[in-house]
Amino acid sequence: MATDVNGAAEQSGGLVFHPMDQFIIKPLFGDGGVGIFTVTNITLWMAITVLATIALLVLGSSSRSTIPTRMQSIAELAYGFIRKMVEDVAGRDALPYFPYIMTIFMFVVMANFVGLLPGAFTSTSHIGVTAVLALLVFFSVTIIGFVKHGAGFLSLFWISAAPLPLRPILALIEVISYFVRPVSHSIRLAGNMMAGHAVMKVFAAFAPMIIISTGIGLVVTPLSILAIAAIYALEVLVAFIQAYVFTILTCVYLKDALHPAH
Amino acid sequence: MATETAAATGGQASPIALEEAGICVDSHGGAIGLPQLCPDWMGNQIFWLAVTLVIIFFVLSRIALPRIAAVLAERQGTITNDIAAAEDLKVKASEAEAAYDKALADARSDAQAIVAQTKADIKADLDAAMAKADAEIAAKTAEGEKAIAEIRAGALDAVKEVAKDTAREIVAAMGGQADAKTVNAAVTSQMKG
Repeated sequence: MATDVNGAAEQSGGLVFHPMDQFIIKPLFGDGGVGIFTVTNITLWMAITVLATIALLVLGSSSRSTIPTRMQSIAELAYGFIRKMVEDVAGRDALPYFPYIMTIFMFVVMANFVGLLPGAFTSTSHIGVTAVLALLVFFSVTIIGFVKHGAGFLSLFWISAAPLPLRPILALIEVISYFVRPVSHSIRLAGNMMAGHAVMKVFAAFAPMIIISTGIGLVVTPLSILAIAAIYALEVLVAFIQAYVFTILTCVYLKDALHPAH
Repeated sequence: MATETAAATGGQASPIALEEAGICVDSHGGAIGLPQLCPDWMGNQIFWLAVTLVIIFFVLSRIALPRIAAVLAERQGTITNDIAAAEDLKVKASEAEAAYDKALADARSDAQAIVAQTKADIKADLDAAMAKADAEIAAKTAEGEKAIAEIRAGALDAVKEVAKDTAREIVAAMGGQADAKTVNAAVTSQMKG
């Protein structure tokens, strides 16, 4: 029904809202279905993410100069930022895990920013992508915790600072919250990215109003263009902040695994 | 395949029914429901994500991170060296300042010694000159006194002579026979008186 309405609206020249179409995964070549190994738009934009990361961190630092170029200082800034985050949040003994956390941060931040290019596909807006990242963190952290502390890792759930009668209840809450972590970790990132991009598309759909009705369009079209610009600016902020949040939460979880006692 | 199913059933079935049937794209290529939740696409996302993460991880851990770490360490080394060099230079500068101050103080004390020496020399010369001048003055004074005494003695003799002559002439003028010896003796006794 809705599809018919949409089709009719397109034919009659009304406003067309397809805010979720930007998240559709399509094969890059041909019209076939999407199998596991099909080269799709997600492949293309993940490849662009990888190339952007290489351009910044590898090509940017290729001169190895003591007085850095602009690119090199951004690369050094990213390096110092995440390294300091790992050291401050998870402790010095977390530094061996720094390359893994840097990988997660560079992927998320680059995917977020690359996704902001007009017409781009945002891989981090897919819950499948962020859930894999979050589960990766969840399982690694849990395994690290048990390998380093054995059964002592369970003291994470047994809060010795609380009064004894409360401890079983708190332990239950802690266990639940521990298992909810990957859910909130992944939905936070995907939800933020999806919402921002969908809102931009909705505002964009209002922009052709001036073609349909000049009177209303004179007000609505400039407002919607202004709103797109404002949301875009907000999204630039969100792109970085969500990458930062995702990474710092990873560090916090890693800290729990390395130092389980409260 | 999802598209084909959608095209086959599209148009008639409700979007909710289509979504429940696992169809993600309608006959116009629009999304049905949340594309994020489409089960057909999950495997593809996960596979390419895994590939991407592995590539990024190897690029970072093999090339980028060691290189940036080396650059940062090198810069830290350079800064440390530069600070050490600056400290050295500072020490050298303060040494040079101390040496300069010392040289200045030495020069000043030398100058004072030279001034004192010169003053002493000048005083000695002056004293000698004064003594010489005093001696000369004394000699001249003595000479002058002697000359005055001579003149004074000369003048007394002349007065005696003149007095004798005058007395003789006066005696002769008064008609007396003046014996020169008597007159002279008289005059001499008068003058002594």
